[in-house]
Amino acid sequence: MTDVAVRLTVNGEIRTATVEPRLTLADFLREYCRLTGTHLGCEHGVCGACTVLVDGAAVRSCLVFAVQVDGSEITTIEGIAPPGGGLSAVQAAFRDCHALQCGFCTPGFVVSVTAFLRDHPDPSDEEIRAALSGNLCRCTGYQSIVEAVRRAAAVARGEE
Amino acid sequence: MTRDRDAKGARYAGARVSRVEDVRLLTGGGTFVDDVALPGLLHACFVRSPVARAAIRGVDVSAALGLPGVRFVFTAADLNPGVREQWHTSVGPKSPETPRPPLAEGEVRFVGDPVALVIAESRYVAEDACELIEVDYEALPAVIDYTTAEHSPALVHESHGSNLIGEVAGLTAAALGGDFAAAAHVAGETIYQQAYAPVPMEARGIVVDYSPAGDLTIYAATQAPHEVRLFCARLLGIDEERVRVVVRDTGGGFGQKVMVQRDEMCLMLAAPKVGAPIKWIEDRRENLLAAGKSRHEHGAVKMAFDAQGRIQAAYIDFVADCGAYPTPWPVFPAVAVGALFPGPYRVPRAGFRVRTVYTNTVGRMPYRGPWQFESLAREVLLDIAARQMEIDPVELRRRNLLRRDELPYANANGMTYDNVSPSETFEQALRMLDYEAFRAEQAAARRAGRFLGVGVSNYVEPSTPGHGYYKREAARMRIEPSGRVSVFVTGGSSGNSIETTVVQLAADAIGARIEDVDTIQGDTALAGFGAGAAGSRSASMTAGAVGEAAGLLRARVVAVAAHHLGVASDDVELADSRAFARAVPSRSVSLRDIAAIAAAGELPDGVESELEASAEYKAKTHSIWVNATHVCTCEVDIVTGSVRLLRYIVSEDCGPMINPNVVEGQIAGGTVQGIGGVLFEHLAYDDAGNPLATTFMDYLLPTAAEVPPIEFGHIETPSPGPGGYKGVGEGGAIGAPPAVVNAVADALSPFGVKITRLPLTPAAIVALLEGSETGRR
Ligand code: FES
Ligand code: FES
Repeated sequence: MTDVAVRLTVNGEIRTATVEPRLTLADFLREYCRLTGTHLGCEHGVCGACTVLVDGAAVRSCLVFAVQVDGSEITTIEGIAPPGGGLSAVQAAFRDCHALQCGFCTPGFVVSVTAFLRDHPDPSDEEIRAALSGNLCRCTGYQSIVEAVRRAAAVARGEE
Repeated sequence: MTRDRDAKGARYAGARVSRVEDVRLLTGGGTFVDDVALPGLLHACFVRSPVARAAIRGVDVSAALGLPGVRFVFTAADLNPGVREQWHTSVGPKSPETPRPPLAEGEVRFVGDPVALVIAESRYVAEDACELIEVDYEALPAVIDYTTAEHSPALVHESHGSNLIGEVAGLTAAALGGDFAAAAHVAGETIYQQAYAPVPMEARGIVVDYSPAGDLTIYAATQAPHEVRLFCARLLGIDEERVRVVVRDTGGGFGQKVMVQRDEMCLMLAAPKVGAPIKWIEDRRENLLAAGKSRHEHGAVKMAFDAQGRIQAAYIDFVADCGAYPTPWPVFPAVAVGALFPGPYRVPRAGFRVRTVYTNTVGRMPYRGPWQFESLAREVLLDIAARQMEIDPVELRRRNLLRRDELPYANANGMTYDNVSPSETFEQALRMLDYEAFRAEQAAARRAGRFLGVGVSNYVEPSTPGHGYYKREAARMRIEPSGRVSVFVTGGSSGNSIETTVVQLAADAIGARIEDVDTIQGDTALAGFGAGAAGSRSASMTAGAVGEAAGLLRARVVAVAAHHLGVASDDVELADSRAFARAVPSRSVSLRDIAAIAAAGELPDGVESELEASAEYKAKTHSIWVNATHVCTCEVDIVTGSVRLLRYIVSEDCGPMINPNVVEGQIAGGTVQGIGGVLFEHLAYDDAGNPLATTFMDYLLPTAAEVPPIEFGHIETPSPGPGGYKGVGEGGAIGAPPAVVNAVADALSPFGVKITRLPLTPAAIVALLEGSETGRR
């Protein structure tokens, strides 16, 4: 297989590389960009730990090849916090609600929730649970994560 | 964050303090083992057996070696002779362990058994190379069904001479014959639990960096850094000082990462031959194939009752499937199942027999509450007995639960419980539910054709083992030149919030502001010995270790401060990162200034200038008992067989809480693992020994959509250990399964359904209903 040149914008920076066509986006981010916050929990599209934003949409980076997203804008967990430092509303809510224990699933949840709340600023509990059901966490039992989403939504709406 | 600290020196222990781990983990700044990058790093991948049992007639690695980017291919002949000693510190050299060849030698014994190890320039190439390795297998008859393994003519380990690993008995069934014959009522069932597993979201992984000088640095996903170090030193026959283990973040363990397994041994043995750092990161398929199984067991259990429903005797005959390579020797955990079967009840006479057997499946490994079958079997049997005797299951428990005034209580198998509160957690949990109101709601729902149920379970468990290796925990504390406080402990941070716990405890113990305290963990070169995260030991043991080290350091800090303030040591008080003259609180000196004064060295004789202290805490109790009650309600759809959990209440007694967020997080996480075990998870095999659940499409974990919110009640009975703390990491996974089973059984009680087999998938529930006396209406 011949290697292919790709050019992606990752967290606002342009990244170019010549890669094997079979290189996943997850491995591109982890190995080529050294952005290791994107985690691999299954590599078959179920756990959501590898979720990143591709042109704003939450995507499982283990299921996409880097060459498929040539030219796209990627946001990883490393690019979620506001530019000046500190934590985003979603990140802060996760901390405040003890919504993480080992933290391995956390980047995937934070990225997925960031996209979800952008599209659903005032979700019901049912909608939150449905939205989170594509991400697996083995530590928390989820209720603190549900609570964090509720809180982040309230903060974003200016209610807290 | 949410914490009142108006009073000088208010304690951090007990407060819902924000975690110090969080910012790095929330921003992608954690360092898990797969994040470790080293110059020249090579990648490992295993060739694994596709069959349950076969003789290895040959391994042809030539095509793989010819692939560009492949550096080494190792088989058993290359690595296995390198083994010097192979035993875990936690079990000692005398434990009659299963022989564990690093790579399969002569015979493969389960699907997933490692046969060859490829080292290549990338994981992609290593995987390609594995495809090119030809192994010539000659199929042998395999032992798959553990219930008949003991009498199978095929042997999993010829050298052992039998598939029975071990059998231990307490009082025999025959000895209890009179008790059962004389009873007003006897309830008996055989209860089966399916195989499931810890399944941390980060699978296993290890990086081994061997230097030409003969030193090894290991980065590992582990709950026990010092165990990895000691194990590796013995394995290679080198001094332990040559091995340094560094662990920053571990993505969950739950027991799966407390032992060193064969895969990890292979990397340790290969590293000196490779001459470059090597990394193995397990993928999910391998994790479900080869990282081990837990549970998979059954027990024939019976209880004798008098006419008032008081328990007279209890007996369990337990059998556990241990697969081909159980780690560790599985007989002790099985004995715990037998010994703890009476639970937190008044049971005058009890007995047990426990057997552990080999099969040609993946080996049995520790998992959160490794003996939890005792609670599952007892609590499910109690509900069955209650229905038979037509006593409400809550009332039956109430008549038998131990009361505080009966403690300490030696159970009939010789386990002495103390500092527990089974009646109190039970009554608290039922009040939180409003049991009577639920029964009324249930009756109304039944009239409307809806089937609700409530399930209760009680347990008592020994946390914080106080023997051998687990007895010890070291801490080192230092006042840095900046005045900040550093605390070095082994840790074993794997989601258990141990960094935050240590910072809270240390801030209190040394009188510092919490933001001035740092903890450095997981590096065996920096921290003294500690056994890591296992046995729900971290809270109590680190409280002990930090307490001892802080006591020594405090004396040094106070001596310098007393000299500077011109008062007697007894008149110095430490709080808020300052030392105060007790009589004149306006006179004080900061830790930073104390550090500078000490560094200047102008101190009188007897006042030390080195503001550092180390200490080791040794557990003073054999174990610390913990208890809890779980209450769960559910609705069962009798057409689809699906179960919806409605409310879930846990009342536990873990003594005073260091951080209620952490306690509740541990309980919630464990409980949801228990719920998953009852309703979804199944590490299933077919009759030929082929694993049927090797992806998350087949191995179903609970998601946010299926689990109910968990409500917490707390009772605080201090333990005799440091701070009165107890362990809380495992209990959720012990209490949840029987509560959920009992709730489903209660919902289905109008159909005369008896539940004795897990998991309770929709198909299983529909089958139960179809086979029931009354059938579906
Ligand atoms: S790693 Fe991509 S979904 Fe699990
Ligand atoms: S916090 Fe550990 S898997 Fe979610």
